[in-house]
Amino acid sequence: MRRIGMTVNGSPRTADVEPRELLVYVLREHLGLTGTNVGCDTSSCGACTVLLNGESVKSCTVLGVQADGQEITTIEGLARNGELHPVQQAFHEHHGLQCGYCTPGFVLAAVSLLNENPSPSEAEIREGLEGNLCRCTGYHNIVKAVQAAASS
Amino acid sequence: MATAEETVTYVGQGVARKEDAALVTGGAKYIDDLSVPGMLWMAVVRSPLAHARVVSIDLDRAREAEGVVAAFSGDDLAQEWAGGLPCAWPVTEDTKVPDHYPLTTDKARHVGDGIAVVIAETRALAKDAAELVDVELEALPAVTDVEAAAGDGAPILHESFGTNESYTWVLEAGEVGRLFAEADVTVSERYRQQRLIPSAIEPRGVMAAPSPTGDFTVWSATQVPHVLRTALTLVTGIPEARLRIVAPEVGGGFGSKLDIYAEEALCLALARRLGRPVKWVAERSEGYLATIHGRDVVQEIELAATSEGRITAVRTRLLAAMGAYLQLVTPGIPILGAWLYGGCYDIQGYSFTCTGVFTNTTPIDAYRGAGRPEATYAIEHAVDALARRLDKDPVEIRRLNFIKEFPATIASGLEIDSGDFEGALDRGLELLDYDQARREQEERRAASDSKQLGIGFSTYVEMCGLAPSRILGAVRYVAGGWEATTIRCLPTGTVQAIIGTSPHGQGHVTTFSQIVADQLGVPIESVEVIHGDTVVAPLGMDTYGSRSLAVGGVALWNATEKIIAKAQAIVAHQLEVAAEDLEYANGTFTVRGTDRSMTVTDAAFGAWTAHNLPDGMEPGLEETAVYDPPNFSWPGGCHIAVVEVDTDTGDTRLVRYIAVDDVGNVINPTIVDGQVHGGIAQGAAQALFEEAVYDDDGNLANGSMTGYLLPSAAELPSFELDRVVAPSPTNPLGVKGVGETGTIASTAAVMNAVVDALAPLGVSDIDMPASPERVWAAIEEVRA
Ligand code: FES
Ligand code: FES
Repeated sequence: MRRIGMTVNGSPRTADVEPRELLVYVLREHLGLTGTNVGCDTSSCGACTVLLNGESVKSCTVLGVQADGQEITTIEGLARNGELHPVQQAFHEHHGLQCGYCTPGFVLAAVSLLNENPSPSEAEIREGLEGNLCRCTGYHNIVKAVQAAASS
Repeated sequence: MATAEETVTYVGQGVARKEDAALVTGGAKYIDDLSVPGMLWMAVVRSPLAHARVVSIDLDRAREAEGVVAAFSGDDLAQEWAGGLPCAWPVTEDTKVPDHYPLTTDKARHVGDGIAVVIAETRALAKDAAELVDVELEALPAVTDVEAAAGDGAPILHESFGTNESYTWVLEAGEVGRLFAEADVTVSERYRQQRLIPSAIEPRGVMAAPSPTGDFTVWSATQVPHVLRTALTLVTGIPEARLRIVAPEVGGGFGSKLDIYAEEALCLALARRLGRPVKWVAERSEGYLATIHGRDVVQEIELAATSEGRITAVRTRLLAAMGAYLQLVTPGIPILGAWLYGGCYDIQGYSFTCTGVFTNTTPIDAYRGAGRPEATYAIEHAVDALARRLDKDPVEIRRLNFIKEFPATIASGLEIDSGDFEGALDRGLELLDYDQARREQEERRAASDSKQLGIGFSTYVEMCGLAPSRILGAVRYVAGGWEATTIRCLPTGTVQAIIGTSPHGQGHVTTFSQIVADQLGVPIESVEVIHGDTVVAPLGMDTYGSRSLAVGGVALWNATEKIIAKAQAIVAHQLEVAAEDLEYANGTFTVRGTDRSMTVTDAAFGAWTAHNLPDGMEPGLEETAVYDPPNFSWPGGCHIAVVEVDTDTGDTRLVRYIAVDDVGNVINPTIVDGQVHGGIAQGAAQALFEEAVYDDDGNLANGSMTGYLLPSAAELPSFELDRVVAPSPTNPLGVKGVGETGTIASTAAVMNAVVDALAPLGVSDIDMPASPERVWAAIEEVRA
């Protein structure tokens, strides 16, 4: 067991974690932030995507101890004062989600993508979200949502 | 009183979904997010061998491991079962249905077959201890290929049957033999519908908790809470009245959560045995072994036609893999396509034979489209082969053969209630700009461009909205096909709609709210749609087969009609007029020719106080409707794919995709488009990317998300959608199913495009998926 300290969604949090524990389990099971989902065991699906110091990472590829001292944003921390983040709002308005299981990962991946490239082309959006899988939407409306968020 | 112009109407609008608020903020609770005090975790010890006799199971080391509460073999749990996991669709009188208990005791019949369970205080401890279970297995020869399994000398999975054949199902209509004998031309094709893994992004999971009163609650990532309740009673013997099934937020299903799984029965039985809550959530790779697969059918299809290209008869023979056991509707999956091998064409003779065969693989069951993508692929791919044979344009040959008048009794015997196949085709051609597309194709061909274009069509019809109960009975399905809704008007204006369908991404809450809001003239925010809990919504048949709107939506509509009728009686009584003197519009009853009016909400309040109701009327404004459809739902349309094939590398890109569908009247076009998008992606993925591969030893060779190629956004284009509307005359909403159309139509469109690109090079067909390796090899073969 090791005690780690992180800033999660703007608040300081600590957790006592096993060295082998993945960040996604630290968030879900120690901190109760179950909005971050687990879709695979091979770092393939991106459902677990969070922002680590502002950049998207698959939280199943990061050990909890590696997050010690870092800043993390999960889907729960994106809305501000009851207002959805523009990317969340765009997913809602453009029907960029169906079952919603992939959505937290996609939203955070898109936030990170737009931070790096505020006006991506359709091809850049598609390439940029390659690490996230959605089985419901065929990606059509996810791409539309990201385009809309970019222009808002 | 509001006039029609001032009133918001919701039906037909792309209302943004009510469901989304919880989903985009991380507030939604899926099975993995739930826990209850005292909860234990189950891990399943699974067979690493495809076919093996169980010699011994030693649980001692596991039982002694840290945190372990119990460990059981199949024999240890034998007394828990009142019955095996059910197969609800033995398609013939003599279908061989093997025993299928949640843990096997005699033999393992596929990699992943459950042999033992370990129950521990945490997920990690259960998993660690499962590694300590010592299972001795004696390997047996395995057979995973459906043709090999049907052949002489194949290893037999279920020895008491003496064969791997589960059933043979036949449908014959018309003078097929004569039509073939007299045909100017026949084509004979053979296709392989490769095995697919449904791959909902949320893995399956279940949690069962006992209560001190002897009741049990089961939370499961399921599409079918109601079916699950009945089935778990049959499996565990716990009376239905003592079982509450909750489907929490469910992260996609596509048929894979339309089943009764070993882990659901195990968690419930263990909760009873141990008196504590027990939970299990699949890891992805585990789920790929322990959750049903789809397709895996070898098809032979023959067409008889005139020299002009008029198709006169279709003859089909299928060899369909069942996998190791029969899950809930395994035998019926290929039969769901049995009527559709003639497509949307006017033919006279029809013959269909399907043999179901056990293989040492994960069981097959419903995967989006279930039987109908296979049928559509076969007829649409064969029609293209006929067109090439006759040197005809694939568009013209389709046009020549379309069914044009409705209702139409098709050769296989069912009645298509409405459609507009030609209108959909015309619109598709317009969106594509067909002449321009062919010109570009010609130019590239003439220039021997390394990147060749292919244009593929799939004009389809499908039957969904499962289904008329009598027909289901006639084809030996054990349950009905009705759906139920209760509408409850609360005294202060909220309307609750308690539905029997169980959404997992389809947007029922929004779509159904739109219907109720319009019918009862209330704001959409005032409608609350409740689902997925068998105590709260006790009546239902759940969500699969594109049935939720076409059956459930009609039940909902009927319930609102009953509400309006009762409200009208209350209003007439209170306004002291005859019911016939009231006009109803947008939630308001007006006495004809006056400005005296009352709303449904007023009537609801009056029904609640019950101070002034007609003599004998029960207080309250709540009505239930149960709807059994008189026919299937018959969506159809035209899908067009344009692919670009790199003839040097075999790389095949889907560059355009056009879909013009007739799904009847549309309640929420945005949601309907979303269903079509997702369906297209899955069907296109069958054509280009996906295949579950078993190696010679019976291992699932690509049983993880790195091995099994699901397309990402980078592999797909945006889709161009439009609709034609031929409202269904069989229901008052005029709606048809939409959930599966994309998957049903798209595989054929994409593969027809691939073959269209390569045909001038001499490639006559290509197996799915048309991977770069396969396409490259096919080109090399004809060049050599
Ligand atoms: S759970 Fe992290 S990538 Fe799938
Ligand atoms: S919305 Fe269901 S997986 Fe993306």
